[in-house]
Amino acid sequence: MRTKSSVKSTLENYLFILPAVAIFAIFYIYPFYETFNLGLRAWDGVSPVKEFVGLSNFKELFLYDQFWWPSMWHAGYITLIALTLQNALALSLALACDRAIRLGKFYRLVFFIPPVLSEVVVGLVWKWIFEPNYGLLNHWLVVLGLDQLVRSWLSSPQTALTCVAIIHSWKGFGWGFIILLAGLQTIDRQLYEAARVDGANSWQRFWHVTIPLMIPVFVLVSILTILGTMQAFVLVLTMTGGSPSLGCSVPVTRILGSMRASLRFGYACAQGIIFGIILLIVSFIQIRVSRKMKQA
Amino acid sequence: MMNKSSLIYRSRRFMGGFGVNLFLLIVTAACIFPLLWMFGSSLKTQTTVFSDMSVIPKELHWENYYHAWTEGNFGTYFLNSVIYTISVVIGIVLVSSLAAYAFSRLQFPGRNFFFYMFLAAMMIPLPGAFVPLYVLMEKIGLRNTPHGYVLCLINVGLSLSIFLLKTFFDKMPKDLEDAARIDGCSKLGIWWNVALPLARPALAVIVIFNSLNVWNEYILALILFDEAKYMPLQVGLSTFHGEFVTQYHLLMSGITITIIPIILVYIFMQKHIVKGLTAGAVVG
Repeated sequence: MRTKSSVKSTLENYLFILPAVAIFAIFYIYPFYETFNLGLRAWDGVSPVKEFVGLSNFKELFLYDQFWWPSMWHAGYITLIALTLQNALALSLALACDRAIRLGKFYRLVFFIPPVLSEVVVGLVWKWIFEPNYGLLNHWLVVLGLDQLVRSWLSSPQTALTCVAIIHSWKGFGWGFIILLAGLQTIDRQLYEAARVDGANSWQRFWHVTIPLMIPVFVLVSILTILGTMQAFVLVLTMTGGSPSLGCSVPVTRILGSMRASLRFGYACAQGIIFGIILLIVSFIQIRVSRKMKQA
Repeated sequence: MMNKSSLIYRSRRFMGGFGVNLFLLIVTAACIFPLLWMFGSSLKTQTTVFSDMSVIPKELHWENYYHAWTEGNFGTYFLNSVIYTISVVIGIVLVSSLAAYAFSRLQFPGRNFFFYMFLAAMMIPLPGAFVPLYVLMEKIGLRNTPHGYVLCLINVGLSLSIFLLKTFFDKMPKDLEDAARIDGCSKLGIWWNVALPLARPALAVIVIFNSLNVWNEYILALILFDEAKYMPLQVGLSTFHGEFVTQYHLLMSGITITIIPIILVYIFMQKHIVKGLTAGAVVG
C-alpha cells in the first residue's frame, strides 16, 4: 500500500516536468540530432531522398568553400571592434558613472536603450542615416565641407563591414556598461581609501586596485562579447544583405544562404556543426585562460 | 603657496568633472539622436523625407502612422506580435514554473539529470539551429502556423527561465507550503496557490525579459512564415523595406510603432530587464 502510493507520488512529480521535457525534446534535442544527421547527407529540403554522402560536406567546407573562411574573418573583425571599441567605451562610461556622478541613474537608463532594440530596427534606422544620396551622414559631411568623405557607406567593400561593426558596438556598449558598472560597485570603497592614505594617485589606484579586482568581470564580458558577436547576423543582414562581394558575409548568413538560396540543407547543417565546434573551442580556451589568471 | 596649489587642484578637478560630463553627454546624444531622427523622418512626406534635413519638420504628417498601420500592413504585424508575445510568455511561465518547482521541491529519480540537461542547453552553442527547426516544423505540419512558431519560442526561453525560478524557489522558505500541505492542499494546488504568488519577483524578470525577446525575434519568424497575415513586426519591417525601398517616411513610422511598446515597457520596468539580461549573461 505504502509503496503503491509512493510510486504514484513519484509519477505525479514527473508530471510537473513533463511539459518542459517534452517541449525540450521536440524543439531542442531532436533538432540537435537532425543537424548531425543532415550534416552527413545531401538534401534540397523537398525531395523524399536524403542521400547519404558521408563527410563530403565537411570536406567541401574545409577545402573548396571560398566564402566560408572569409565569412569567419568578417565575424572576427566585427568581434575585434566590439572587444576593443565597444568594451573600452563601456568601461570608461562605467568608471565615469561609478564615481557617483549626478544623474548616474539617468545615464544608466539612456545607455541601455540601444540594447533593448531589435537588430532589425537598429539596422534599418542606421541604414537610413547611411543612405548614400539622401542620408543624414553624407548631408552633414557636405555641410561641414568634408565632401571628399562622402561615399555610399554600406555598398562599398572598403567601408561596409566597418560601418556594421561600429553600429554593432553602438547597440552593444550599454550592455557591457551595465555589467562592468555592477562589477565596479562591488569593489570595497575602503580599498581606495587605504590606497589613497598610502599615497597612491588616482591612476595608481585605478591600475593597482580597480584593474586586478575587475579581471573576472573583464573575462566574463569578453567571453560574452566574443560568443555573442561571432553569432550575430541580423544586423549585417539588415544593413548589407550579408553580401560576400561586399565583404559582409558572416558564418550564420552563409548557413542561411546555403539553406534558402542554394537549397543545400545538408551543407547548411555541416556549416552549423563546424561553427558550433569553433565557438565551443573559443569559450573553452577563454575559461582556461581566465582560471590561469585567477591563480596568478 | 598652499592656496595656489589648492586652486590648481580645484580647477583641475572642475575641468576633469567637466570633461567626464561632456563625454557622458556626447554618448547620450549618440544614443538618442538616431531615434529622434527616425521619429522626425516618420513625420515627413514622401518628398520632404529626402529634402528636409531638419530633425523635427515644420509640418507634422501624423497621417503617415495611419497609412503605415493600414496600407503598410503594420496593424496586422503589430497584432500578431502582441498575440505571439502574450502566448509565448504565458507558456513559458506555466511550463518553466512547473518544472522549476519540481526541480526545487519534489523528489524523483533523475531529478539532477533533467535539470543539468536544461543547463547544458544554455552552454552549448547551436548556430544555425533554424535549419533543423524548419525541417522539423515542415515534417509535423506546423510550418507557417502561429502555434508552431509559439512552441518554438517557448523552447527558446525555457532553460533560462527554469534556471532562474529554480534558484528562486531554493531560497524561498518552505513554511507556507508545509502549512498548505497539512491543510490538505495537493502538490498542484501548492504550486498554483502558494509557490507562484511568492515567486512574483522572479516571474516579473522572466515575463519582461521573455517579452522583449519574443517582440524582437526575427530569424524563426522569417523562415517559418510564408504569409504576411502571420508575420510579426520584425519581419514585417524587413519585408516592407524590401518592397517599398523609397518609402522611408512610412518605414520610419513602422519602426516607431515597433519600438514604442518596448521603450514604454523599458522605462517602467528597467530594473527587471537589467536583471534578466545580466542573469542571462552570467549563465550563458
